[in-house]
Amino acid sequence: MHHERFQESQANAYFQETFHNSQLPEKGCLISFSRIRFMKKFNAMKIRYFLTLLYLLSFSSLWAQLNVDMESEPAKMEDNKHCFDCHSNHIYTFENPVSGITERKEMNPNFVYSTEAFYNGVHRHFACTDCHSPDYETFPHNAELRFETMYSCIDCHGGDETFASYHFETIEEEFGKSVHASKHSENFNCWMCHDPHSYKAMTRSNFKISEIVSAHNQMCASCHDNPLHFQRISDSTKKPLEEIHKFLPNFKLHFSAVRCIECHTPVDDTLRVSHNILEKEFAVKKCSECHSANTMLMSSLYKYQNIEARKNRGTLNAVFINESYVIGANRNIYLNIISIALFGLTILGILIHIFFRIKKH
Amino acid sequence: MSQRLYLYPIWLRIWHGINALMFLILIATGISMQYSNPDAPLIRFDLAVQWHNITGIILSFNYLIFVIGNLITGNGKFYLIQIKGFVQQIMKQISYYVVGTFKGEHTPFPVNEKRKFNPLQKLTYVGAMYMLVPIIILTGLALLFPEFIVEKVLEFSGIYLTALLHGAVGFLLSLFLVIHVYFSTMGSTPGSNFKSMMNGWHEPH
Repeated sequence: MHHERFQESQANAYFQETFHNSQLPEKGCLISFSRIRFMKKFNAMKIRYFLTLLYLLSFSSLWAQLNVDMESEPAKMEDNKHCFDCHSNHIYTFENPVSGITERKEMNPNFVYSTEAFYNGVHRHFACTDCHSPDYETFPHNAELRFETMYSCIDCHGGDETFASYHFETIEEEFGKSVHASKHSENFNCWMCHDPHSYKAMTRSNFKISEIVSAHNQMCASCHDNPLHFQRISDSTKKPLEEIHKFLPNFKLHFSAVRCIECHTPVDDTLRVSHNILEKEFAVKKCSECHSANTMLMSSLYKYQNIEARKNRGTLNAVFINESYVIGANRNIYLNIISIALFGLTILGILIHIFFRIKKH
Repeated sequence: MSQRLYLYPIWLRIWHGINALMFLILIATGISMQYSNPDAPLIRFDLAVQWHNITGIILSFNYLIFVIGNLITGNGKFYLIQIKGFVQQIMKQISYYVVGTFKGEHTPFPVNEKRKFNPLQKLTYVGAMYMLVPIIILTGLALLFPEFIVEKVLEFSGIYLTALLHGAVGFLLSLFLVIHVYFSTMGSTPGSNFKSMMNGWHEPH
């Protein structure tokens, strides 16, 4: 278990390094457009990152705000203190009722939760026993409690009008179609990617785009770039991500600016994260699917541009954004007209010259 | 009639040949990427990117041959511009191309040992080889190593501006190539300059 934890932390450290050490766009930057449904609220005046795909991340202010009170004190902090006394530490102490000795023991690392992460997460106002059996109040915990069924998101959030904008039913439906469900339905659950003890609604908060990309990609990497973790659901071993993705020019830049799901889920223009993770054969591999005029992203991009244009109407940058792409940032309609006109005039001049030369001859 | 002149030494011809070939590949792949369309690619996108990068790097190294060659041989002096009277000389050359050549006039600046290029040629060659080509090499290199590009120039992305400049200069150089090839047909016979390009000997006009 320790080893597993260690591997995980290594994987995370690797990803932290990979994602954060690259020159990441910060909040308020235009990065790249890829097949992205979410958009980060950003200021179009600050175009900073054009060679990667235009990344349309958070749609937050226009779409749906996070409907969790993140400001006030967590509601059940006092109640939870009792649990976190042990479960937020790697070492816990208890008095052995038989020997009367106070013992120090190592906590199973899978049951260690950061209080900070919990109270910064979306479930911050919950009591532990809202989801876990109240029988956990006693120690030692009853052994049978470990067979407690884990809730999935839909158990609480299904049919809830308060969370309608999150489309939990659609998520459930999409997950059902995904390779995660079809290949690993028995073993796969929401928790694999979204730990409710620390889950943050990244795209509906004021995170930098780089942070969102990094956080979302780490979800995938925690299994797909961690052989031990991966074996929880598969007997096969995986090649390193870098090797699998070696067809990508500038692997590091793509991974720091584009989320895995942009290429590994089907394109739609709803601007929501798709949970239908496709089999690898269906992932986007052709550069031109994103880096071209008729990009598959045009529908979501178009949506995004309209919203942004309304916000920033009249700014020079908006004009540039509208006709500009990664490849050929110069794909500007006016430059195109000027260049074609100049080229036409040159050819015309040459043709006239040839005509008179032949005539003279 | 003046004599045949050996104006184009072997190193220059090799440089010119490589440069021409790289130019053509760069233009073809550049246009293909600029107007990329997944349904009807002129050149497959990933190949176009790869070839553009490779040929761009070859052209850059080849440019060093040009610069060093011009420095250590006498070829560099042909590009020196005498400011005094240069505008008048250019006007004279233009007037020859526009009117004079059709009246059967002789070229006002015939090629000799001291003058390989007419004033207009000199101007365009200096502009292309010492201004545009360095710009396109530097911007191309910067786009290969985007971490070195300044993040922001005023309110614009440094990368965006670099790509814009790279594309615009690429276009101007493409235009230069078209004009350059056409004017090559203005030698003593339409094909004579192409022959010189291969054997090094300039045919007198």
